[in-house]
Amino acid sequence: MSQPLLEVQQVFKNFGGFAALSGVNIYVNPGERLGLIGPNGSGKTTMINCISGLLTPEKGKIIFEGNDITQMTPHHRARAGIMRTFQIPKPFNSMTVVENLCIPLEYAAEHKTSLSVAEEEARKILTLIGIEALGDLKPTGLTQVDMRKMELARSLAGRPKLLILDEVMAGLSGSEVDEILEILFKLNEQGITIIMIEHVMRAVLGFSKRISVLNTGLNIAEGTPDEILNNPEVEKVYLGE
Amino acid sequence: MLLFLGAFLITQNFHNQYYYLAAFTVLQYIILSQGWNILGGYTGYVNFGTGAFFGVGAYTSAMIVKTFKIGKSAPFLELPILFIAGGLVAALLGLGLGYLTMRIKGIYFSISTLALAFVTVTIILNIDALGGATGLYIIRPRKIPFFTNYMEFLFLVMVALSIFAVAFARYIENSWIGRGLSAVRDDEDAAECTGVPVLKLKVFATMASSTLMGVAGAAYPYFVTFLEPISTVSLDVGVNSLAMPLIGGTSTWAGPLVGAVLLGIIQQIALVTLSPEYSLLVIGILLVSFVILAPEGIVGLFRKFRASLKK
Amino acid sequence: MKVLHDVSIEMTEGETVILLGTNGNGKSTLIKTIMGIVPPNQGEIIFESEGVQINLVGKKPQEIVNMGITMVPEGRRLFPQLTVEENLYLGAFRREARQNLERNLSYCFEVFPRLGERRTQLAGSMSGGEQQMLALARAIMSSPKILLIDEPSVGLAPILVSQLMTSIKEMKENLNLTVLMTEQNFSQATKIADRGYIIVHGKIEFRGSNVELSGNELVKQYYLGT
Repeated sequence: MSQPLLEVQQVFKNFGGFAALSGVNIYVNPGERLGLIGPNGSGKTTMINCISGLLTPEKGKIIFEGNDITQMTPHHRARAGIMRTFQIPKPFNSMTVVENLCIPLEYAAEHKTSLSVAEEEARKILTLIGIEALGDLKPTGLTQVDMRKMELARSLAGRPKLLILDEVMAGLSGSEVDEILEILFKLNEQGITIIMIEHVMRAVLGFSKRISVLNTGLNIAEGTPDEILNNPEVEKVYLGE
Repeated sequence: MLLFLGAFLITQNFHNQYYYLAAFTVLQYIILSQGWNILGGYTGYVNFGTGAFFGVGAYTSAMIVKTFKIGKSAPFLELPILFIAGGLVAALLGLGLGYLTMRIKGIYFSISTLALAFVTVTIILNIDALGGATGLYIIRPRKIPFFTNYMEFLFLVMVALSIFAVAFARYIENSWIGRGLSAVRDDEDAAECTGVPVLKLKVFATMASSTLMGVAGAAYPYFVTFLEPISTVSLDVGVNSLAMPLIGGTSTWAGPLVGAVLLGIIQQIALVTLSPEYSLLVIGILLVSFVILAPEGIVGLFRKFRASLKK
Repeated sequence: MKVLHDVSIEMTEGETVILLGTNGNGKSTLIKTIMGIVPPNQGEIIFESEGVQINLVGKKPQEIVNMGITMVPEGRRLFPQLTVEENLYLGAFRREARQNLERNLSYCFEVFPRLGERRTQLAGSMSGGEQQMLALARAIMSSPKILLIDEPSVGLAPILVSQLMTSIKEMKENLNLTVLMTEQNFSQATKIADRGYIIVHGKIEFRGSNVELSGNELVKQYYLGT
């Protein structure tokens, strides 16, 4: 067995007196599709912020491709191939959608390109996501759903090895969920490892090879989608019914 | 280049000194507002303390003039040395401010730049070597080869510096650096996560901005010939350098240029026909009306106008 | 761009109606049009109260709220820097609501005990589920007759979605509300709805009861997945 692409070891993070993460362990193997679920407030987004580097954990290690990246700045992690989306989209509002994509293309993707090449590349990615018609618009005019698609496109522009999706399916209808899933499967086939945080069960269950469940900052379960569905504790704190 | 040649021809043929003085002020503000806009416009950190950087540049330059007296032996070498020194010292101060941007944002950053200006005045007032409250006299070289008057030479140098400032701002704006700065302005977290070295760019923007301000300051002693802290590190300089880009439009290099030329000229006219107080009042009124009615400035209005013509 | 085209829907008192349709098909626009936030190019919106018919077109949002129609916007739109209690007080801005302030407040805390526990906490610091409860409670504070709810389940854990639907149903029955709701979670929404509409590209393509909706091809295609 090869080493995991990303390994989160015993991570702790507090906000004031509130323990958001109390010793969480997560790993994802190269090429894998990992689902991360848990009730609202269970620490999933904090976990993502620790992996992408916006937060530094008080204790624990984060290891990417065998290197300890716990103290690395977020932009270096982005360049190393960790890209993410934001639960509440964070577009660059003064730029057009294409220009939004040019930022990671110029700053995170491995080769430094000229602007015109970057723009061309950006349009290709927009076409892949199906929002090529929005390229010259400013993000402020976009619907929530298009904004999420733009976030996804922007994180792809950074040529990720590991793509972390924080609730990209929120508010999407069934057919739109299928559409995005199809794209994600395709990206995964091309070798991109994906961590999906999602409340839309159909999406996580259908997509993930393996699912990790968090509750109140602790791992409570891990397994295949079927195992998770039949886990009594997960049913109690998360699924209901 | 053509602009510079034109300016050179003017100095050779036209000798009404008032216009040179007025033009100097306008050119000085072109440099200051381009400098301000790199941090305030492109990066989104509003600086009220331009006066501090301008003042630090001016005092550095004045001290060099007084101590080393290079003017007599190498008249053409002196100004570049002054500019480099003034720019460097201001850049050091900018480095400090740059690290401040790591900790504070928005209105709190702006307030601390205001505080920086007051602290600078107080420090100069209390150092006797810098003339303290009494001020410093700087004697302008009486003659310089090829020019009938030193002021005309100074004017020409300012033209060159302004062209450089505009070209520099334009280069930054159109390069990957400028696009990175816009990303920082829009959302620092998203910028970091898309690979933008936010802190490095902020420190760069602050230093580039303060260097230009320091260079503009370095030319000032020979212009006024008498340096005194309260009017040099003044809030007027801070407000003007902020009002000009805001009125012209902060998104592009053309904004501060248009703003500085327009407001600089209006102010000079108001100064002569009315009084110094009124000239500042004019700026105040224009600033308020633009912020409310046309937040994208004159350049923004012009673009809208052109877009509506196309339709 | 035409967002809504010749759309007609109606609700009778005490009904819960769901509005289905993929994103960008005009559901939110329809709710905003009813609230007076987006003016329609053509058409009428008639509100009947105590035998009097009033056309809402041309009325300001605040006048519409005053008649007893309130919206729970998509994405919650709370005042994050204010406490739970302050957010609730702001919901009770219209005169009738101010008279019933204490009663409504205690009712909200009864339906959502969690909000009572956290009444002095800042709204922005609460979890997504709690924020959605607060957004609903804030709407209830205005003593509405009609409640328009835009995408209540976005970003909520499955267990919270079913709890939320139960709360909506409970409030509807206790306060005799009429509810119009847009929702992507079809199976949860139909648990509490009486009937629904499907909007596709700004047009009503289908209307029917819960059972009829469940058998509809469009619903199968868009919501139930294959």
